Amino acid sequence: MKDKALSVQNLCAGYHGSEALQDVCFSVNRGDYLGICGPNGSGKSTLVKVILGLLAPTSGEVSLLGTPKSSFQRWDRIGYLPQGLQFFNPHFPATVDEVIRLGRLSAKKFPRRFSREDAAAVDRTMEWMGISNIRGSMIGELSGGLRQRVLLARALVNDPELLVLDEPTTALDPETRESFYKLTFEMNRERKSTVLLVTHDTATIGKYASHLLYLDKKVIFYGDFEDFCNSSEMTGFFGEHGQHLVCHRH
Amino acid sequence: MIITEMLSYGFMQRALVGGSLIAILCSVLGVFLVLRRLSLIGDGLAHVTFGSVALALLFRLQSVYMTLAIIPVVLASSMGILQLAQKARIYGDAAIGIVSAIGIATGVMLASVAGGFNVDLFSYLFGNILSISSSELVIAALLFVIVIACVVMFYNELFASTFDEDLAKSSGIDTERINTVLVLMTALTVVLAMKVVGIMLISALLIIPAVSALQIAKGFKSAIVTAAVIGVVTVICGISLSFVMNLPSGATIVLINFAVLLATFGGRALRGHK
Repeated sequence: MKDKALSVQNLCAGYHGSEALQDVCFSVNRGDYLGICGPNGSGKSTLVKVILGLLAPTSGEVSLLGTPKSSFQRWDRIGYLPQGLQFFNPHFPATVDEVIRLGRLSAKKFPRRFSREDAAAVDRTMEWMGISNIRGSMIGELSGGLRQRVLLARALVNDPELLVLDEPTTALDPETRESFYKLTFEMNRERKSTVLLVTHDTATIGKYASHLLYLDKKVIFYGDFEDFCNSSEMTGFFGEHGQHLVCHRH
Repeated sequence: MIITEMLSYGFMQRALVGGSLIAILCSVLGVFLVLRRLSLIGDGLAHVTFGSVALALLFRLQSVYMTLAIIPVVLASSMGILQLAQKARIYGDAAIGIVSAIGIATGVMLASVAGGFNVDLFSYLFGNILSISSSELVIAALLFVIVIACVVMFYNELFASTFDEDLAKSSGIDTERINTVLVLMTALTVVLAMKVVGIMLISALLIIPAVSALQIAKGFKSAIVTAAVIGVVTVICGISLSFVMNLPSGATIVLINFAVLLATFGGRALRGHK
């Protein structure tokens, strides 16, 4: 259990009586890159919300980095990047460095004041991601791709052990999407962060992820891509062409 | 010459100091409220204040006693709005509308029971900062210290929750507690602002300096400071102009604020064309 980045046991969750997740079980080893796929309404985002504590499950257990979620406090060890901001206001008066620095709040106790170390961590992250030149720009004046890059920097500013990305590339053009995937791949390889990436992009995820979780309210498949490609059950489910596309082991 | 004469009056000194303190509170909280689309919470709480004033008048409470009596009622109502919005699955604006209507209805009912509207109630509707007493100024200063201390202590959490509530929650921030702090601070500020611009115009003091600042600010901290400066300058100009030209102070302050908003809006548009 201790060496698991994430463990989900018999998880059920939903909204207003309707179940979005039914008896979901899986666990992710540290250093894995897990692609979470499934059709619309399959419970992918619900799963992310439960993992992050944004939604209470109806039953089941979740452990984060070896600690049961009910007693988990070290949110600085987890980085989160949503699909986009909930109600993004293009006139929101925040600069890029102000937004990235917000990521440092999770490591702080009341009254959550910033220090020089925080400024240094923000500088380091911006440099690593090649966005130091826009540090003083207003977040609303950036393009969609650049804004997602800034929000990824916010998620990475604590060097998280577990990085949760919820459809981060949906609104991006194909070129920006590709460079975004590469960046998360580097995070996983170079910094040894465990990555959980929710995506619709089943044809691309196999290029980067080491494991696949295919959800449709229940777990349809969980394992590495090798197993997926060789599974006759999955051939039956997806058809040969579909399975080959997801496999991405051309 | 006029300025010297104006400053020689005790009531003007109190009005300028009290007005400035309250303007800072309104403008600073206004930035959070406007960005969180809670602008009209001030209006709703002001209407509750109307009901509370009527209740206080019924019991013949005046001046500082009235302020002290109103505070718990408005604080409780602000919590009611939050509870309605969070627990009863009612949208925030509908929750504000419900509490607001109950406030007004209670006020009208009580005023009727007390024998009709009177001059006192009218002065609370439109405010009169020039009549602020020394003890009311002390209360305003005390509440100013409390609210500003809260803003400073919770600044980063307020900023994070305002930027994106889910992101803030995923950083381990208790956003429900932060929302409660914000709404309670707003309730205290609304009670004070009633004296400056009156119940009918409180939301203007919360919204307009903040919106003006958002036109020109170059960062979050800069938005807060700019809003506070605009709030203080417009309140001082409004009080002075109302003294010199014998105009109602609340309405003068609001119209000056509107002029500043137009100027900042124009400034932003010009900058965009460059």
